[in-house]
Amino acid sequence: MLSYVLHRMALSVVVLFGLLVATFFIIHLVPGDPVTIVLAGHGTPQAIAETRHELWLDRPLLEQFWLYLSHTLQGQFGTAFTLNASVGELIGQRVAPSAIMIGYGILWALVIGVPLAVIAALRPNGIVDNAIRLGTTFTFAMASFWLGLMLALLLGLELHIFPVSGYETGLSGILKTMTLPALTLGLGLAAVVVRTLRSSLLEVLSSEYIDAARSRGLSEVRVVGKHAMRNALMNTITILSVNVGFLIGGTFVLEQVFQIPGVGSLLLQGVQKRDYQLVQALALLSGTAVVLAGLAADILQAWLDPRVRLARR
Amino acid sequence: MSTVEAFTTPEPAELAVPRRRRMSGLRGQPLPVKIGGAILALMALLALLAPVIAPYGQNELDFNNLLSGPSLTHFFGTDESGRDIFSRTLYALRVDLAIVVFVTYIPLPIGVLVGAIAGYFGGWVDAVISRVTDVMIAFPFFVLVIAVIAIVGPGVKGMLIGVPIAAWALYARLARSEMLVLREQQFMLATTALGYSRRRAIFRHAVPNLLRSALIYSTIDMVVNLLLLASLAYLGLGAQPPNAELGSIINEGQSSLLSAWWVATLPGLVIVLFGIAAGLVGDGLSDGRRR
Amino acid sequence: MSGEPLLAIDGLRVEFGPADAPLAAVKGVGLEVGAGEIVGLIGESGSGKSLTCRSVMRLIHPPGRIAAGSIAFEGRDVLAMSAKELRDFRAHEAGMIYQDPFSSLNPVFRVGEQIVETLRSNLGMGKDEARKHAVELLDGVGIPDPERRALSYPHELSGGMRQRVMIALATASRPRLLLADEPTTALDVTTQAQILALLQRLRAERGMAVLIVSHDFGVIAQVCDRVAVMYGGHVVETAPIGTIYEQAEHPYTRALMESVPELESAGKRVRRPGIPGSPPELTEDLEGCVFAPRCAYARPSCKDVSMALEPVAPDHRTACPVRPFARTAATTGAPA
Repeated sequence: MLSYVLHRMALSVVVLFGLLVATFFIIHLVPGDPVTIVLAGHGTPQAIAETRHELWLDRPLLEQFWLYLSHTLQGQFGTAFTLNASVGELIGQRVAPSAIMIGYGILWALVIGVPLAVIAALRPNGIVDNAIRLGTTFTFAMASFWLGLMLALLLGLELHIFPVSGYETGLSGILKTMTLPALTLGLGLAAVVVRTLRSSLLEVLSSEYIDAARSRGLSEVRVVGKHAMRNALMNTITILSVNVGFLIGGTFVLEQVFQIPGVGSLLLQGVQKRDYQLVQALALLSGTAVVLAGLAADILQAWLDPRVRLARR
Repeated sequence: MSTVEAFTTPEPAELAVPRRRRMSGLRGQPLPVKIGGAILALMALLALLAPVIAPYGQNELDFNNLLSGPSLTHFFGTDESGRDIFSRTLYALRVDLAIVVFVTYIPLPIGVLVGAIAGYFGGWVDAVISRVTDVMIAFPFFVLVIAVIAIVGPGVKGMLIGVPIAAWALYARLARSEMLVLREQQFMLATTALGYSRRRAIFRHAVPNLLRSALIYSTIDMVVNLLLLASLAYLGLGAQPPNAELGSIINEGQSSLLSAWWVATLPGLVIVLFGIAAGLVGDGLSDGRRR
Repeated sequence: MSGEPLLAIDGLRVEFGPADAPLAAVKGVGLEVGAGEIVGLIGESGSGKSLTCRSVMRLIHPPGRIAAGSIAFEGRDVLAMSAKELRDFRAHEAGMIYQDPFSSLNPVFRVGEQIVETLRSNLGMGKDEARKHAVELLDGVGIPDPERRALSYPHELSGGMRQRVMIALATASRPRLLLADEPTTALDVTTQAQILALLQRLRAERGMAVLIVSHDFGVIAQVCDRVAVMYGGHVVETAPIGTIYEQAEHPYTRALMESVPELESAGKRVRRPGIPGSPPELTEDLEGCVFAPRCAYARPSCKDVSMALEPVAPDHRTACPVRPFARTAATTGAPA
């Protein structure tokens, strides 16, 4: 187990490094010089030159990369030149709501998705199963922000169950302000969960060890809930970790729909104002989150299924 | 079967598939594919002909009908400036579908080729390519595209550049894992025995098979890209006003959500329709393969 | 065999497909297992023997279903049991082991855990007691170093050991009947012999009856007291093992015996007669005797045969009314 974990971590480090390289080069190789464009109307040539010097834009590319690398590894993400604040600080203030939305959203996805998947798998091709699958097709085709608006319209504006904007801390505050966004996120993800878990379960339920468990007189709850699920969850965990990227994207958009002051709105500001330090740091952060989620998923799988520990990728 | 027999009788169906005859023709497809395909074709046609068939101009103002609901004169109702939502939707669909097609089908062949090479050669070629694709896939799509837009500026350009940078990696990974399986199959082993150059083996024999699954996947990819595009437009990062995109129309409808639900809802339903149709096609094609 | 049989199957019919046009894989099977008996059910692939075995546990998956017949265990009708009664039956009265010991053990749980689970769930044992008992059970089926082995995962064990674990699991609550569906097919010959010896030992120690399903006559010959021969969804003959060897009445049984190579014939050029033709398809619903198309002794009257088993001697029944091998008073001079 330990060697597997170490192996995966080493691979992750390689990918993270690749991320650093990619974020840097994409930002710097795409045509357009941010500083010049943003400050063009508002600054003297001297001010522009100064800002460019501060941001190392007047140095050779590789040197810029080296500076970027060394600073990032020390935790200094630079300054958002359009907002005149340290990027690190800005992100720190805003991370919590976004993280909460993702976590809460995954919770909803599991709460909705797992039972539906089990029901669908126990009576495949029946009416209920087909209805559930049809529902997932619909949900999958919905833009997350549109779904958010529809839920806001229905549950918020029409029925007045939840507020449709704003963010409050504390448990009740979170439940009040974050349920609609998390539910939106969760519904989209639930569609994926239902599909993958259902097909995994169908495969597992036709295995001989399930029959063997039944022939020992174990209860159906135990057979499906413990024996079948443990095997079927493998696939689902993989799919979830692959979808973390989309989750993050969805979170950013939904922050706009529901006016949540998270990292997403920060990113949007950065984009609108062409503040590339900010955008770069956030891109790196998101990528890192995805890689870490993938690592966590791999470790979880290895813990649940001993055969995984033997596989070399 | 002796090895000699294995090498001298490759399955003709899979060896050297001429490029035209990829799918077995329109007639032979299962029902969901036909229905989905018909819906998609209809939407594409309507979108293409938008300038001709739209009842109103994109920004034409009808002062008599501000914020009015769906009716016979305004199928999708009007917004607060009196613009016909149906016409706007048609024009928006035109822009969006064009972008989606570009952004889905340009990376596809590139990705498939790279993946095929990685899978076929293995070794360090595979290792390097796989690391690169891993990194690209690690990026949340959305964030990557936004980052590109941050530099390039809002508008269609950002999407057109940003998405392909990462999209090819998905196809590469798909093609690579399929190639790993394909490589061991008899007809591929036959190409080595017959002395085909590796290039010929990859291009003429492996790739047509890989393209099939890539095309099935592309139906989902189109939906995902459309949703991505709509999200960007919603955030104001897409085509700038006065050009309409589906996402921006929905954004404009947000402030009047309670009083005029149609502005935000109906364009979104169009997206859902697209998604369902594409899903039908994708599901139908992949079910058909699993005979 | 005296008294009421432990297991009595009568007229069992297992069908697939739509209700108005069903395909029957088991077409009216009758079979008995007495307490403490080891009965073999032999037949080729497609004869319906596995389905018959699974029917006793009611483990037939849709689209298959038990369409007719009765399965009586100690007089109680298994097919009429409620869900709870069925679970009790499976937990305490009958056990089942399967052909592929790899796929019949849950790969993600340790072997000891799976036994402990059964012990706690079926026998209500506490955790520590169950753990100790699990190790004892593993020891009882001949697994060396059972304490360490209990911590293994299925994929870490050899095929023979996995099958022993399976046997331990299935017999943990001391069932009176063990159903074994091709238990040795996936094992090499040496391990096969060991497993069969284990089954015999368990029968001797506990008086447990066993129904072994196999297509391998060697397996049947090693351990069985009685044999039932299946062909095309029907039982065509039942008899004690010795009788089957020496006085099989049904042409199919004879043909089966003759196609098994003997050790003595090694080195000699003996032509093994195969049975010409092939077994009936599921879709064919033949009139009369299902074996007639391939039978060397078939007569026109075979078209009206009902495949019912008729006794030809105490404890020997056959479905062949033609009885081409019967010794009549005329041929042996002894009373028939």
